[in-house]
Amino acid sequence: MENLIGLLVLAPLLGAGILLCGGRALDRVGHWLGTLLAAVSFALGAVLFADMLGRDAEDRALDVTVFQWVPVGGFRADVGFHLDQLSMTFVLLITGVGTLIHLYSVGYMEHDERRRRFFGYLNLFLAAMLLLVVADNYLLLYVGWEGVGLASYLLIGFWQHKPSAATAAKKAFLVNRVGDVGLSIAIMLMFTTFGTFAFDPVLGDADRAGEGKLTAIGLMLLLAACGKSAQVPLQSWLGDAMEGPTPVSALIHAATMVTAGVYLITRSGAIFEGAPDAQLAVVTVGAVTLLFGAIVGCAKDDIKKALAGSTMSQIGYMVLAAGLGPIGYVFAIMHLVTHGFFKAGLFLGAGSVMHGMNDEVDMRRYGGLWRYMPVTFVTFGLGYLAIIGFPGLSGFFSKDKIIEAAFAKGGTEGWILGGTALLGAAITAYYMTRVMIMTFFGEKRWAPAPSPDRPSAEPAAEKHGDGTHGAGELPHPHESPKSMTIPMILLAVGSVFAGGLFTLNDTFLKWLEPVTGHEEGDSPVSALTVTGATMAVLVVGVALAWAQYGRKPVPVTPPRGSLLTRAARRDLLQDDFNHIVLVRGGEQLTRGLEAIDRTVVDGAVNGTAVTVGGLSGRMRRLQNGYARSYAVSMFGGAAVLIAATLLMRAV
Amino acid sequence: MIAAGDSVTSTGEAVQFWILAVVATGGALATVLMRKAVHSALSLAGTMIVLAVFYLANGAYFLGIVQIVVYTGAIMMLFLFVVMLVGVSAADSLRETIRGQRWLAALCGLGFGILLVAGIANASLHHFDGLGQANSGGNVEGLAALVFTKYVFAFEITGALLITAAVGAMVLTHRERIRRAATQKELSRQRVRENAHVAPLPAPGTYARHNANDIPALLPDGTPSELSVSPTLRARGQVRDVSGEALADLAALEQRSREWLERDGDEDRKGAVK
Amino acid sequence: MNPVSYLYLSALLFTIGGVGVLVRRNAIVVFMCVELMLNACNLAFVTFSRMHGNLDGQIIAFFTMVVAAAEVVVGLAIIVSVYRARHSASVDDASLLKL
Repeated sequence: MENLIGLLVLAPLLGAGILLCGGRALDRVGHWLGTLLAAVSFALGAVLFADMLGRDAEDRALDVTVFQWVPVGGFRADVGFHLDQLSMTFVLLITGVGTLIHLYSVGYMEHDERRRRFFGYLNLFLAAMLLLVVADNYLLLYVGWEGVGLASYLLIGFWQHKPSAATAAKKAFLVNRVGDVGLSIAIMLMFTTFGTFAFDPVLGDADRAGEGKLTAIGLMLLLAACGKSAQVPLQSWLGDAMEGPTPVSALIHAATMVTAGVYLITRSGAIFEGAPDAQLAVVTVGAVTLLFGAIVGCAKDDIKKALAGSTMSQIGYMVLAAGLGPIGYVFAIMHLVTHGFFKAGLFLGAGSVMHGMNDEVDMRRYGGLWRYMPVTFVTFGLGYLAIIGFPGLSGFFSKDKIIEAAFAKGGTEGWILGGTALLGAAITAYYMTRVMIMTFFGEKRWAPAPSPDRPSAEPAAEKHGDGTHGAGELPHPHESPKSMTIPMILLAVGSVFAGGLFTLNDTFLKWLEPVTGHEEGDSPVSALTVTGATMAVLVVGVALAWAQYGRKPVPVTPPRGSLLTRAARRDLLQDDFNHIVLVRGGEQLTRGLEAIDRTVVDGAVNGTAVTVGGLSGRMRRLQNGYARSYAVSMFGGAAVLIAATLLMRAV
Repeated sequence: MIAAGDSVTSTGEAVQFWILAVVATGGALATVLMRKAVHSALSLAGTMIVLAVFYLANGAYFLGIVQIVVYTGAIMMLFLFVVMLVGVSAADSLRETIRGQRWLAALCGLGFGILLVAGIANASLHHFDGLGQANSGGNVEGLAALVFTKYVFAFEITGALLITAAVGAMVLTHRERIRRAATQKELSRQRVRENAHVAPLPAPGTYARHNANDIPALLPDGTPSELSVSPTLRARGQVRDVSGEALADLAALEQRSREWLERDGDEDRKGAVK
Repeated sequence: MNPVSYLYLSALLFTIGGVGVLVRRNAIVVFMCVELMLNACNLAFVTFSRMHGNLDGQIIAFFTMVVAAAEVVVGLAIIVSVYRARHSASVDDASLLKL
């Protein structure tokens, strides 16, 4: 059974190898091959899951060491896998959603001539992500971590002929590097502190290390999580990452990869529990990001960017929950899974809308689409209800639990966190309702298809050969092909029932508890009160959005808006901030260093050279070439030496 | 001989020293100050002979003889050979070309001399052992005993040095003939081809009363012919121009004959016309 | 008279030789001045030999003579070949030891 874990990772890796090295011969079957291997991986995951269910809660974890990777003296790095309930949850989410999105991409990328390569990259991503979650030590986790970063870079820049996509890929790569440095420093710190970086000894001995060390490791891990999960202050890449194809946005930048940070924090729970300061930093980051993403999501007219803001915000919830400690881990993961379903579904729905609307992404040019795309409308609507936390759907259960846990943190901190989470829920309801209304309801505001040169346009538009989707024509919205709708339906089913299933009998809690541990916080407000408040803010948010967008027609050109709106449209000035603080600061720094180099360093060097040159010019006259002149010097020198000798003897 | 443990030499030696020291110093100064190298060499030879006498007076009989035979006899003669080779009559200009050289040299020499003298004066050398003991078995035997025992390696190495020096001198002055020497026939053909000096060069001494090698032939108009002396002499500047002398001699001869024939001036005039 | 006088004479001759090396331009005369300096040293050695009552000083003087002979042979050979090449025996004419 243990050997299946290796195969789990190997199957998509094999797919990536074949597809990327196979050449054009595989163009015709490549996408089905990639989908098949993803499905194989899912099947293996399901087998492992079934096997795991058949055992006791306490010995469900599987450990296998494949080979010694770097055996150098006391330094030992193994390629080994550790599959427990936490990893299993991720494996199922990754392979399940991944397979569905592979299937969806078969339809979505139909007209792209580089489709085989796209599937190769997707398989590579799956392999790396699976390696990340089943690794049994931090170094191997780091390999997967870098692997998903690479896949993300390749997929964001998949349409590399668009300068905006190439720039976005580079931006994502660079920002992620900042986080990766944090992870590598954390691993080094672990090695110096514990002498190893395998999960078991590190997490088992965590309480024996000093709090200072744990805080340092925890903050570095948080930095890594911020980079990968687009949390403030390293959040700026996620919005631009929407330049990638929509399935990529759904799989990598909504459902799986961006949740790696949450996985890392949950997995390293023992370290954070020993370092309250680091935990405080985690909840702060989570709370700030949760509002930040939500506000950005309210102002975006680009449907994918609005969803990206939402993703940021939802991951903020998860990070907040993970930072709460044992009272929040389970709910963080639960929200992660439900979010994986409904956010992937929402993105696929958005992709389907764009597919039908000539790849238009501006919501102000949608409207009234529910009649033309019934399946998309229903699945998207279910996802919408799930994310705003409509009672009975997935999001309701998971988000409600997180808000409860935030209040349960206790004290002023608990009130602040709980209030923030509630406010986030209200804003979530607002912006998602806005997306829903602008896309599917209201009057038609369709416009001719955008020119493929426009940065926001998805270039699939230019590949359409049937003439109905050419630039400059009014769109003819239509339902998407089966390969696209089936994954959407399956994900919608997940987003409706997953939450209920998990909460029923506390199934999910019991499933994860042996790994993450769980304790009930003592909340100052009762669960019922929290639920009531959540419902209230939900209604307020929806009503506000309805008042603003549902009652009167939506203008095609966006109004100027308030200062906050304009700032939110610019991602709350995050890029400007980065530009002013980092780019300008860096420029000034380098300019200053260059000036110092020029004046002080070069000045010293050149000054020495000039001094030596000038002196030499004068000294050269002493060297006139006459042997007799030199002889005088020697004779005089000898005289001086004798004089010195005599003097020393006299003294 | 000098008794061991003395601090004063015999009066005879003192007299000899004071006379010969003056000669030696004079020779040394002459070596430095004489304009012609050959004079310098001769002065130096004189100084060396005086030094040989001093060696003898100091009980270094072997060295005294070697000084005369090897130094004065061989080395100084080698110097003279080279002086002849380079040009015996060439004199140095006394004008100093390097600015300040003389002053600096004098200053350094003065300072150095004062230091040396001060050093010797400070050394409290009032007492000397004399060589009576060391020379008891004969000076040459004593030296030989040391040279072939204590200093045998130095001696051998010095021998090697001498051999090397001899080889080095040969290598330095040897000129390898890198192509066959042109025959007389080829040389004459070359002269014809270049149309220069087709006829033999004029021999020195023509139209002149001298036949020495360094005196150029006189051309019919009385001027000297540079071509008639060897290029080596020309390069050394050792050509003696006697054209003016010859004319003056001729004039003097005519003057004398006129004086002798003064009694019959007409006859004389006729004779002169003849 | 004390034999120290020989040392004073030796110092005098040495200094005269040194100044001669510095002021004369004819390479042969310069060489002669070097020989003069060597001879002055020899005189000092011989005098020391007498003062110490052993023959080591004379041995050194002897070696000095031999080395001087070797030096003269090579030095004169150099002068002759320089003269052949430059038609001059002046040490100032060979003033290439400069930039």
